[in-house]
Amino acid sequence: MRFAVYLGKKIVITIFLLLGITFITFSLTRALPGDPALALVGQRASPQVIAAIRKQIGAGRPFMVQYLDYVRMLSRGQMGRSYTTRKEVLKEIEAKFPNTMKLALAAMLLAVPLGVGLGFWAALRRGTRTDIFLSSLSIVGISVPVFFSGLLLMLFFSLQLKLVPPSGTGGLRFLLLPAATLALPSVATFARITRTMVLDVMDMPFIRTARAKGIWEWRINAIHILRNAMIPIITVIGLDFGSYLNGAVLTETIFGWDGIGRYGVDGIMRRDYPVVLGTVLVFTVIFIIVNMMVDIAYHVLDPRVRVLIKK
Amino acid sequence: MKLGKNFPLKGRVAALVLLTIIGLSVFAPLVYPYSPVKVDLNSLRQPPSLSSGHILGTDQEGRDILARLFEGGKVSISVSFLAAFFAMTVGLAVGLASGYFGGKLDTALMAVVDLILAFPSLLLAIGISVVLPPGTLTVMLAIASVGWASFARLVRGHVLSIREAQFVDAARAIGASWPRIIWAHILPQCIPLALTLMTVKLGGYIITEASLSFLGLGAQPPNATWGAMISQGMDYIYSASWIAVLPGLAIALTAFCFNILGEALADSGYDPKAGKF
Repeated sequence: MRFAVYLGKKIVITIFLLLGITFITFSLTRALPGDPALALVGQRASPQVIAAIRKQIGAGRPFMVQYLDYVRMLSRGQMGRSYTTRKEVLKEIEAKFPNTMKLALAAMLLAVPLGVGLGFWAALRRGTRTDIFLSSLSIVGISVPVFFSGLLLMLFFSLQLKLVPPSGTGGLRFLLLPAATLALPSVATFARITRTMVLDVMDMPFIRTARAKGIWEWRINAIHILRNAMIPIITVIGLDFGSYLNGAVLTETIFGWDGIGRYGVDGIMRRDYPVVLGTVLVFTVIFIIVNMMVDIAYHVLDPRVRVLIKK
Repeated sequence: MKLGKNFPLKGRVAALVLLTIIGLSVFAPLVYPYSPVKVDLNSLRQPPSLSSGHILGTDQEGRDILARLFEGGKVSISVSFLAAFFAMTVGLAVGLASGYFGGKLDTALMAVVDLILAFPSLLLAIGISVVLPPGTLTVMLAIASVGWASFARLVRGHVLSIREAQFVDAARAIGASWPRIIWAHILPQCIPLALTLMTVKLGGYIITEASLSFLGLGAQPPNATWGAMISQGMDYIYSASWIAVLPGLAIALTAFCFNILGEALADSGYDPKAGKF
């Protein structure tokens, strides 16, 4: 019951957050220097045609009227049509969304076990050469921009070894390189946070107690240390989803992956307001949903959080 | 702010490498014979070699890559530094106001901070770079207008923890005005923290700058930036891979050094009582 109240509050906050984001994005797109009517028909169209188009897409009316119209349209479950392709933005996003999710999930599947595993390993070998090597490697991981690591992977695996196609959208063969590219900085981030958290937990008295009781070392590692270290790690994994969306924009552009990141970048380049607004909204909704899932994961993992909310 | 003897070696090495990169970017063009923008159709896509004069080769228009790396470094590093400085200044102002005055102002400011931190930053930066005409100033503003939020959050937390400290009470007791308390007593306590965060963030800013330039939103051709050099070199990645790979290595090395330096600063810890690390 309490949890339902908590969830209800979260949803109300989310709606306000979404309104805020649409307002900011909407103001940004209306401040764009280019005239979408001109972009649509080209410079050489007659002034009458341009005026007609402007009227049709609703440019030139007061800003607040345009904004309220947009919100009204959203509440009907529509996002308008692209200025350039005349296709419905929502339909396009629906078609491309699974591709982006596939990419993000594949990257996540690579990054979480690898990152947590490496970080845990480094913590267990604290201060040794293994630890120093892994820690340096993780700094390399966050220092290489995804468009460069993607390029190197492309160069090596598709040009030198000819194992996978360099770009395109499709099955597992196409998915491997972009997913690995997207996963790389996250592996590094997860490994760093896991190492720190595991080291924190390892020094706690209850670990000494567990060891004194003669509990098998593997059980201490898996149940006593990892479960306690998991809470902050899950926060970071959740927060990192924002950088996944960032990375997806670049990765999809490089590998020609037909997802909403590339769709959004194309929209920005072509001054296609409905496309930009639509993708930004979808990105925000995904981000908020992931954050809510992180909150729920706290509940399952940490009884203390449950108590806090009951108060 | 002094660095103590316990400042780790890796931090010193990283600082030295960074100084070398900055020094080369600024001073090497003065003596280096090749121009970063001069097109030379007689030497298109020459691979790196010690004998030909173009040590790191030439790009698709015959321009010397090393010269372009120097120029790109100047742009990338100065844009990132200025962006970090702006972000820090705004973040300090907001964090100080929010933490010191509290109440509704704090709630409102932190709501904005949360909104910005919640949003995929690159997308926001792309949005800003599109509204303003492409160029280095735009990139700088885009990075700074996203980046100030984390400074504000950190500074606010620190202000909250020292707002009720005895030395602040003492200043209040002798009748110091609030601007004076903030300026002379609280701000100096926050600056080392903010500078540490700035170093930590610089590695990421280098990458964001490169990403925006890569997408064509940064300095416009023929001017060189590391990110734009990669996107131009992408077309020749199979035949002349060095055009894209060399600037990529430059970005990675610079970001790596900033990250190491930031980590070393954060690790060595800051002792407010002694006023040094």
